[in-house]
Amino acid sequence: MKADRIFGLGVIVIATFYLYHATLIPMGFLSDPVGSRTFPYIIGGVSLLCGILICIFPDTITNWPELKVYGKIGIAILAMYLFAITLRPYGFIVPSAIVAVILSYLISPNIKKAVITGLSLSIGLFLILNYGLGLGLYAFG
Amino acid sequence: MDLVANLSQGFAVALTWSTLLLAVSGCFAGTIIGSLPGLGPSNGVAILIPLAFSLGLDATEVLVLMTSVYYGAMYGGRISSILLNIPGDEPALMTTLDGYPMAKQGRASDALVLSGVSSFVGAFLATIGLMLLAPLLARVAYLFGPAEYFALYLLAFCTLGGLASRNQIKAALASAVGLGIAMIGLDNQTGLPRLTFGELALMDGVDFLVAIVGLFAVSEIFIFIESHGKDTAIGVKLEKITIPVKDIVNSGLTMLRGTLIGFVAGILPGAGASLGSFLAYMGEKTLAKDGDTFGTGNPKGVAAPEAGNNAAAGGALVPMLTLGVPGSGTTAVLLAVLLTLNITPGPLLFEERPEVVWGLIASLLIANIVLLVMNVPMVRLFVKVLSVPPYVLLPGIAMIAFGGIYSLSGSSHDLILMVIFGLVGYFCRKLGVPTVPIILGILLGNNMEDNLRRAMIISDGDWTYLFSSGISIGLWAAAIGGFVAPLFLRNLLKKPKAPSQ
Repeated sequence: MKADRIFGLGVIVIATFYLYHATLIPMGFLSDPVGSRTFPYIIGGVSLLCGILICIFPDTITNWPELKVYGKIGIAILAMYLFAITLRPYGFIVPSAIVAVILSYLISPNIKKAVITGLSLSIGLFLILNYGLGLGLYAFG
Repeated sequence: MDLVANLSQGFAVALTWSTLLLAVSGCFAGTIIGSLPGLGPSNGVAILIPLAFSLGLDATEVLVLMTSVYYGAMYGGRISSILLNIPGDEPALMTTLDGYPMAKQGRASDALVLSGVSSFVGAFLATIGLMLLAPLLARVAYLFGPAEYFALYLLAFCTLGGLASRNQIKAALASAVGLGIAMIGLDNQTGLPRLTFGELALMDGVDFLVAIVGLFAVSEIFIFIESHGKDTAIGVKLEKITIPVKDIVNSGLTMLRGTLIGFVAGILPGAGASLGSFLAYMGEKTLAKDGDTFGTGNPKGVAAPEAGNNAAAGGALVPMLTLGVPGSGTTAVLLAVLLTLNITPGPLLFEERPEVVWGLIASLLIANIVLLVMNVPMVRLFVKVLSVPPYVLLPGIAMIAFGGIYSLSGSSHDLILMVIFGLVGYFCRKLGVPTVPIILGILLGNNMEDNLRRAMIISDGDWTYLFSSGISIGLWAAAIGGFVAPLFLRNLLKKPKAPSQ
């Protein structure tokens, strides 16, 4: 109930923001009858309506995880973000090993298994992706 | 004798060593993906797309690879349904109902073989159906103008949202989100940027591959972190594989009926394989003489849904190839593959690129035979793969997804966007918002708008033009019906619970 109401409100805010930005779309000097703004207006309008309806008729879902899980997902996101920005300067092997260890540990908290998994995945996948499939990744930047 | 000539052209394309090799490896990878709990066909195809592109294959080869993965995943879904009582993907849910009880009675290998044969019957006949029906439908599609295409896209969103989700409002919202994302980037007609918020990186729009891999694959990682990857198959043993000839002969008619039901369900835009297997099971339960023993390990209860879901997989390719409107989540992902290859599905595809269409159909026929061989005598191998623990599997998937997307664009910006989509996908699943309409919206958004604008140019701004032909009125009516009717049929379409452990 509560989660859906918050979600509905969030949708309303984003839809309004979207509609506002749609009014800023520049018009071409030779525009067709529909123009560049109409379709975004329709989409924004539909989303706004959905947001309001979700607030009025919320679902009763109770499958929310405990707070600890959000912490874990936060760590996973941070790890993936760092991976995304370090992949270019440091190459594939080291960043992917670190992320794989972290993800593996988050799924099954056993540090020894996680380290073995991470190392073998990063080296194994690098060999497969680079030499087997020819993706052209850099090993160490 | 067009058909024979076309088909032989197709086999000429499909029967080269490299294409055969791709079909075999696609089938193998697909079966593994399908059998792993939590990795459905759309996930599997999504993860493999970037890899397929960076391999530098040509259009036909990529298509052969991806459709083999798709068919393979549909076959593979049954393995964990039967052995673990956990459907490998959603359409395989119905297979748990009789498959798991059979396994508990010590007939696991019988159930696996029978379901493998049913999968083959369903998929093979559906491919023949596709072969016969698609060129006919492509001819009808010539009558479609911009107004009709606009209505057709609407129909796809409505039926997908109506049938595939529990909550109409959230399905509509998901479609709007996808369409809204598609609007980002340069306007096709004026060439001016729209909704880029001044970000240079958004000028090209949001790459749908990034969105697909994020929504399907990365979100799966978060789900597994939450569940600690409990669903594993470690320690599952399988007795000697024998062919249960009696069961196969007894279920012959069941398979044919399941195939027909599944194929029709697959053609309907948005309905897809889950509905196909559901209807095939329920239909057989009513028709079969021993229908009251369904749910207790009746072999027919394994044969019907497996024939149904694999036939639906073939049926779903019909609207995707002829009209460019996918009938299911996985075919939406396949549409993304086509669009990235610069192939626009539709009636012209059959005229201009016959080698693609017929090569695809021929390789589907070949893939089915390969899959039958893999899934009956070699099923033991896949049972072994099932015991890869999730703490190895999921990080591996993450690395493949990241490596693949990175090798396509070389930008860390896309990787970050992919993680954001992963988080969005996770919350969508938690909130019961379906993710397939989002993908469909991103894929079809620009086409849908273009057709609307073209229609309005033809009619000089008269909106009634949208309802001016018989075809478009029919499509509008079907769209509204497809969205509203499930509200009343909800109780009828309710899925039975999986048998308890």
